Amino acid sequence: MAAEEMPTIHEAAQKLAQREISSVELTRAHLERIDRLEERVKSFITVTPELALKQAEQADQRIAAGEAGPLTGIPMQMKDVISTKGVKTTCASRMLENYVPVYDATVAERLLAQGAVLLGKGNMDEYAMGSSCENSAFFPTRNPWDLERVPGGSSGGGAAAVAAGEAVYALGSDTGGSVRQPASLCGVVGMKPTYGMVSRYGLVAYASSLDQIGPITRDVTDCALVLNAIVGHDPKDSTSLRQPAVDYTSDLAEYISPSPLATGGAQGGPFRLGVPEEYFVDGMQDGVRESVQAAIKTLEGLGASVEPVSLPTTKYALACYYIIAPSECSANLARYDGVKYGFSYQDTDNMWEAMERTRAGGFGPEVKRRVILGAYALSAGYYDAYYRKAQQARTLIRRDFDRVFEQVDALVTPTSPVVAFRLGEKIDDPVEMYLIDVCTVPANIAGLPGISVPCGFSQGLPVGMQLLGPHLSEQRLLNIAYAYEQATQWHTERPQI
Amino acid sequence: MSLERAQVEQIALLARISLTPEEVDLFQDQLSQLLEQFQVLSELDTTDVPPTGHAVDLQAVMRDDDDEDSLDPEEVLSNAPNPEGEYFRVKAVLEE
Repeated sequence: MAAEEMPTIHEAAQKLAQREISSVELTRAHLERIDRLEERVKSFITVTPELALKQAEQADQRIAAGEAGPLTGIPMQMKDVISTKGVKTTCASRMLENYVPVYDATVAERLLAQGAVLLGKGNMDEYAMGSSCENSAFFPTRNPWDLERVPGGSSGGGAAAVAAGEAVYALGSDTGGSVRQPASLCGVVGMKPTYGMVSRYGLVAYASSLDQIGPITRDVTDCALVLNAIVGHDPKDSTSLRQPAVDYTSDLAEYISPSPLATGGAQGGPFRLGVPEEYFVDGMQDGVRESVQAAIKTLEGLGASVEPVSLPTTKYALACYYIIAPSECSANLARYDGVKYGFSYQDTDNMWEAMERTRAGGFGPEVKRRVILGAYALSAGYYDAYYRKAQQARTLIRRDFDRVFEQVDALVTPTSPVVAFRLGEKIDDPVEMYLIDVCTVPANIAGLPGISVPCGFSQGLPVGMQLLGPHLSEQRLLNIAYAYEQATQWHTERPQI
Repeated sequence: MSLERAQVEQIALLARISLTPEEVDLFQDQLSQLLEQFQVLSELDTTDVPPTGHAVDLQAVMRDDDDEDSLDPEEVLSNAPNPEGEYFRVKAVLEE
């Protein structure tokens, strides 16, 4: 099948239900595409064809027995930071190159229980640290829209696979934008749910107070379907929220009238959308600015009321994030000592030397950089100036959002200030690379849900619009995103590959 | 804000990562630049502002002390670089 024929989840589910296609056929079609495209795109670290076909056969039996759910038999990719029992989970690191988990992450367990078909594990920046997928210890993934460019990161493999039609959907993880930003750069939909909505059990930890798993899909309906399957309380994750189950697809159909956003706002009237001027940063590309401004006009045309708002603490968010995330990472990655699993330097009798050389050989440059930066921010004498200060800034950033969400129902911003950049362009300059995350990190700092949807093209490359809402406003964001999507055609564009 | 070479070496020691001299140079330069960027936070008045550790209010979670199956030791040790019987083998911790 060609890129434009590759179905979404809801299209595939319909074909499966009507027996127009079997899960085995659908899975074969994706495996064939992977065979044909992987040499160029390189979005998978591990492909699991035998497992996928076995799962597809089981899914076909379930469908025949009338026991199918919306994700049964649909082939997908999981980021290689999500533990899969019996399937290598490397975190794109030499440290875990041969690590095979002995248990499934809760999200993997939930999807497999629904009859999902696992095509393989997605490439990423090592330990989810990066914004371009170039920090993978194995190989960079390339953007299907232009193979000389990055897919974004850290869930670059997932976004590229979905855009290229190698997988119907993917699961990524988002610590500072790692689902939304690659989705934006590859022209697909990516969502980070409210912190605590999706269990982190089995997600290899990077920055525990910020990490959240989220879907990468071709459209908003698919995003809602995957979210339905992965959210929910998990006793194995102490930060997991207890929320009543919601069907995120239930309201979508109401949002296709001529002015779907004219009613249904939190105050009963139109949806009130805020445009925070601080997110239209210096250095933002004109093409990105124009696309997002045009999208805001479209939302207004759909009945939403749009007003400028101000989030003055936005300028502190990057510094706040790049202190908190490395601090948590330096603590989380202390577990890689060469004793229990992973790469292990054995050629010495000295315990400390073994540990230091294990970590020197197992971690790549970006991981070392963040571990050392975090260790510094947490060290005696600097703790107050950096870590504590960043946590206080976090309070102020959160208060800013609380204030603005009394005024508006959701915020509209660009997802990334730039379109996909060239491989090698920013990799040697961490300061410049970190600036890419300026529009996405605030949601992680404040624990808010956010979604990126395709909203146009600049220089022939996709641009993403980000919607942010208060805690637990996933359904509202999906409804607004759906209204926008149904009024535009961007989500139907496919790269020629 | 710039870091001395010796500081980078000291933090690397705390983080238990041995660095090559080239890595020390590179990180000295890059981390100094980043710390410079972080100075923006000093503009913020944080007097009496409580720190936020988690963005969502969390409560301590306790579960009942019920019996549950644990992971199979053999499976767990299959990832160990240097297992011995049902144990992880480590380098000598105490010096003679």
